[in-house]
Amino acid sequence: MKNWFFNAGLAGYIGLTSLLVYSFPRSVSAFLLFEASLLLIYYAPLSRAAKLSFTAAVLIVLMPLLGTLDGYYLEVAIQIGIFVALALGLNIVVGFVGLLNLGFVAFYAIGAYLWAIFGSHQANAFLPGGYFPLGQAWFFVFLLLGIAAGALTGILLGLPVLRLRGDYLAIVTLGFAEVVRALVNNLDKPINLTNGPKGITPIQRPPLFFQPLVEFLGFKPDAAALYPLYFYFLVLILLLAIILVTRRLENSPVGRAWKAIREDEIAAVAMGVPVVWMKLLAFAVGASFAAAVGVLFAAKQVFINPESFTFMESIGVLAMVILGGMGSIPGAILGATVVTILNLQLLKGLSLWLNGLRQSGIILSLPLLGSFDLSQIPAQFEPAKYERMVFGLIIILMMIFRPQGFLPPRQGGSTKLTTGGDTGEK
Amino acid sequence: MALLEVHGLTKRFGGLVALRDVDLIIEESNIAALIGPNGAGKTTLFNILTGLYRADQGKIRFQSRSLSGSSPDQITRAGICRTFQNIRLFGEMTVLENVLVGMHSRIPLSLSDVLFRASRLRAEERQATAKAMELLGLVGLQGSEGVWARQLSYGEQRRLEVARALASQPRLLLLDEPSAGMNPSEAQVLMSLLRNLVGTHVRSILLIEHNMRVVMGISDRVTVLDHGEKIAEGTPDEVRIDARVIEAYLGRGKWAGHAQG
Repeated sequence: MKNWFFNAGLAGYIGLTSLLVYSFPRSVSAFLLFEASLLLIYYAPLSRAAKLSFTAAVLIVLMPLLGTLDGYYLEVAIQIGIFVALALGLNIVVGFVGLLNLGFVAFYAIGAYLWAIFGSHQANAFLPGGYFPLGQAWFFVFLLLGIAAGALTGILLGLPVLRLRGDYLAIVTLGFAEVVRALVNNLDKPINLTNGPKGITPIQRPPLFFQPLVEFLGFKPDAAALYPLYFYFLVLILLLAIILVTRRLENSPVGRAWKAIREDEIAAVAMGVPVVWMKLLAFAVGASFAAAVGVLFAAKQVFINPESFTFMESIGVLAMVILGGMGSIPGAILGATVVTILNLQLLKGLSLWLNGLRQSGIILSLPLLGSFDLSQIPAQFEPAKYERMVFGLIIILMMIFRPQGFLPPRQGGSTKLTTGGDTGEK
Repeated sequence: MALLEVHGLTKRFGGLVALRDVDLIIEESNIAALIGPNGAGKTTLFNILTGLYRADQGKIRFQSRSLSGSSPDQITRAGICRTFQNIRLFGEMTVLENVLVGMHSRIPLSLSDVLFRASRLRAEERQATAKAMELLGLVGLQGSEGVWARQLSYGEQRRLEVARALASQPRLLLLDEPSAGMNPSEAQVLMSLLRNLVGTHVRSILLIEHNMRVVMGISDRVTVLDHGEKIAEGTPDEVRIDARVIEAYLGRGKWAGHAQG
């Protein structure tokens, strides 16, 4: 009875917010309310099957449908997806194993440049034969290669820093990311590998292999309209794979070993945990996630340059993990979503609203305080210009009032899979 | 055939000699105690036996295999596991997870099993969980498996350390002051637990202990260290009346004789 009530309520909420987005296609708040439905699904006291079907309905059906109304929604969704993947990767290293990594974006850059170089004319600059750009279908091969390259560089970075912890490790990872950025920035001579600060363009996008099917179904496919949807689903599939892998690892001896290292490395090694191998594995897995999304990012953007891989990006991803709750998969997802929405939508939305007020020329008169001419609000007041400041404020407030993050790991949450059945409460 | 043989172990920290030429033999089905004043080198010996420190000189043979140069996790796999004097549990993990970490080297799963064979993973995990629950029952922690280790009381944390060490299925269990902070009745329970462990869960136990009631009550052999040197060895009764032991504990002087009586 109660379940029925929640099911109906959720369905109603999702339907209503979809309608809102449909009716007010320019409204940021309508879209935010729609996005919030995912959070409601997460918190609703429903069965796993019900939650999964609601999530699927929102992500697979409604989101793409609304995305066809306004490509901006899909763009936001793709960006969120990319950052969620990065946050999940970093969460393994920082959240599970407790190794502070300030240069995570380096692996993202490695994935992106891997496809950018070979998926464009760029590789012709140093490889003879004119085979480049590689065909679009190679994108999928490079997605796998990206995973391998990420894992490999993760291990290469991991090896020398195995004995470092805390601040020292943070400095080394920061340096590593700067080295990677400096390399892509400067490797345009003597051999032009990366085209330096000018960046690489155009980068091949993945093939529209399903186009005949879409035509067959009676739609007029248009690459410009199809690609956002295509990338949306690619990100979704990649995310699904990443979440599955992370969950498997978390609920296995590997995940426990990682957390044990985080809690007490000496005790972990004394209990037989092969600390070296486990740390390298964490570096490799986290980096491979980042590199895989990097490949996707390059294909989506068509153009990349070193500016996309700055230190601030690393800090941004780290903030997502910390805000969400270190060591928690739902936390990393929520943290990345909230921060991305904040950057892309909320602050921009506020700026638009303020602009509107200014142009309206309304004169606000308050008792005692006198009257304000709203058109006098200086342009410097735009919240979008204070992105980093607002961001910093939020982090400070979080650290004071909720240092464990929005969704910290639940007590015993990770043993859910293991305790099924035979260890019931007494 | 002895379970553990230590010959001529020496460890220096800079100018300080923590252990000097120490020999130690632990027989099968034995409870051995290691005693000595503070700073005698007892915990250093444990740290060397478990691979956390490397000895400067000396040989360690466990079940006739040399352990020199083995890493701590290899030593645990070989069958030596320990508890810590100042409790080192995994605080933000559940009691059950703590024991499961102890089982790490005994769960036969490869990375590809974890990633691609969900049923295999689940079966192994179920088995490991059942075993872990059994161990928690053994040390009297049934019912607390779901709470974080740091939420346990001091005595419970000590017992969880024992369960976690047992989870690695050691042949030789090293306990560093297991009864520290326990009242006499808790110590009594601990003693009977330890006696029951030998032969069922472990072959032998080596414990560092300051509580003489416990040492004299359950040990088959007692080894006494002082300033990094072995000064006495024997049955509890032999060690109790050894002049050098009394001197190490009480000092030389006119009062020494009173302790003997």
